[in-house]
Amino acid sequence: MFDLERWQEIFDTIRKNKLRTFLTGLSVASGIFILVILLGFGQGMQNGIAKEFEQDAATSVWVWPGVTTKEYKGMNPGRRIQLRNENYDFIALLLEDQIENKSPRLFIRNSFVNYGNETLAYNVQGVSPQFQFIENEFISQGRFLNQKDEDVKSKIAIISNKINREVFQKLDSPIGEFLDISGISFKIVGVYGDVGGEREEDRIYIPLSTAQQVFNGANRLNNLAYTLPPVDDFDAAVAQSIKFKNTLKTYLQQAHTVAPDDTSAIQIYNPMEEAKRFYSLMGGIKFFFWFVGVCTIIAGIVGVSNIMLIVVKERTREIGIRKALGAKPWSIVGMILHEAIFITAIAGFTGLILSMGLLEIVGPHVEVDYVLNPSVDFNVALTTVFVLIFAGAVAGFFPAWRAAKIHVIEALRDE
Amino acid sequence: MIEIKNLHKSYKMGSNSLHVLKGINFSVEEGELVAIMGSSGSGKSTLLNILGMLDELDEGSYTLDGVPIKNLNETKAANYRNKFLGFVFQSFNLINYKNAMENVALPLYYQKVGRKERQEKALKYLDQVGLKEWATHLPSELSGGQKQRVAIARAMAAEPKVLLADEPTGALDSKTSYEVMDLIQKINDQGNTILIVTHEPDIANMCKRIVHLKDGIIIEDKKIEQIRAAQYVQ
Repeated sequence: MFDLERWQEIFDTIRKNKLRTFLTGLSVASGIFILVILLGFGQGMQNGIAKEFEQDAATSVWVWPGVTTKEYKGMNPGRRIQLRNENYDFIALLLEDQIENKSPRLFIRNSFVNYGNETLAYNVQGVSPQFQFIENEFISQGRFLNQKDEDVKSKIAIISNKINREVFQKLDSPIGEFLDISGISFKIVGVYGDVGGEREEDRIYIPLSTAQQVFNGANRLNNLAYTLPPVDDFDAAVAQSIKFKNTLKTYLQQAHTVAPDDTSAIQIYNPMEEAKRFYSLMGGIKFFFWFVGVCTIIAGIVGVSNIMLIVVKERTREIGIRKALGAKPWSIVGMILHEAIFITAIAGFTGLILSMGLLEIVGPHVEVDYVLNPSVDFNVALTTVFVLIFAGAVAGFFPAWRAAKIHVIEALRDE
Repeated sequence: MIEIKNLHKSYKMGSNSLHVLKGINFSVEEGELVAIMGSSGSGKSTLLNILGMLDELDEGSYTLDGVPIKNLNETKAANYRNKFLGFVFQSFNLINYKNAMENVALPLYYQKVGRKERQEKALKYLDQVGLKEWATHLPSELSGGQKQRVAIARAMAAEPKVLLADEPTGALDSKTSYEVMDLIQKINDQGNTILIVTHEPDIANMCKRIVHLKDGIIIEDKKIEQIRAAQYVQ
């Protein structure tokens, strides 16, 4: 391996057989390149899907009332279901030990938001303090709602980073400014950001109790949101959320006299369940990518073996000459393998570097839904290169060994 | 230098066995120039292959420079070939992607001679065969006679005990043949032992001794008055 003379001999051979070397190298390099790109996109898809679910807490459960579609106990279909405080309170009691965070929500519709003489187009929602953890909001300035705001029905508002940037860019801080919401002044006490990015930052939050009183909400609620305690095991978490969802659904259907099989009257969205479906899909896609990648590598190995066979065939006479001049069998095997391994290694690493480079440069700029920052585990890629080199060596060994065993006379007769 | 006693060799051809060499007794002294003659099928190439350790004998003994050549495995044979023997072939057998100098230097590579020394020696031997200016040319750029002279230089570069030439002029026209024979004679004049297999009487007459093979036995072994090839070469 560290025999300088042999290296020189190999470089001579490579230099004088450029096309052959290039073709061998190309099949190896492209195999690695394709594999790494595939794996990168597999990872990118996984990242993308993980990102989609990052917007809300993973164990969250969302309840949306709708319109009944089925006749049930003398009630006509087409009835709009209205959630009320008592529903929320009852669920809080019924499922107390299963809930981590809970918050009802009231959408203030047809509200006008003004700041000074600017009219702003943002949603206003009444929520509870724990909504922060359900929606995965982080606090950039000031504070979120607290229980005291809720109890005393304070007229305060929490705005987002986006609103802050769009409306209050001239001020050092929007804290203490007043927003006019449909004629009533709300003092800004905090700025939040959403993990899901700016498209989740179009909302102004006010305390639910304030919202119900000031905007004529009575005891009506638009939806309910919960998070369940985190469970380490993914399947257990899914099972927990499905159980929770079913209990919730049964209660709400009974409370609102809805047919058990009416799917549109009470809708419960459960990211965990969705996530499970996506993850199993993801698993399938990743498996597929691996499968294609491994096939590519196998094709690469077959290519290398094929070229090795041709190389040995082409060099039979040369091998005969070398043997007549005193080359030992192992030096013939060594020479052919050394050359094969050297070419495979150089080509493999070239493919690796090019593909990693491409992922590195293009990866962060990929802006497609469900594909985020395609990248590949360097160790996995490196291992693949070594597997390919090893396989190339094994594939090269047998023809090389056979070549070394060739009878000199027969080899020299080979035209 | 070479001592062969009661050499037998047969080849299996399916169920038949072809007895090619049927008891050869033969010896060569240092500095001899021997022509082995015979029609095709007489066993002359087989004899040369055995002498060259490219093939194994079935029966008998072979001693080269006092070393008994027997029970050879591939590695040992390679070692002996490299140390004791230089080969010249009818079809030259140069490596086509290596230039003249690199071809000549190749046996030295297998003797583990350093690169620099290899090149110096290779140039020295190329100079001896009159091809120093052609050192960087590929075999494809050389004429047949030049190729054979490169092959002879290569065979000599390893400084072998015996030079074995299998029809060295078989692929050359007569003028070029004489040039090559002139070279071989000059090498022999320096004291090198050379065996030539040929079926051309004029080539054989340029040697010092002719061994006639027929049907696997030596029918004639005589010393002759050497005809110098130089007189045919301008």
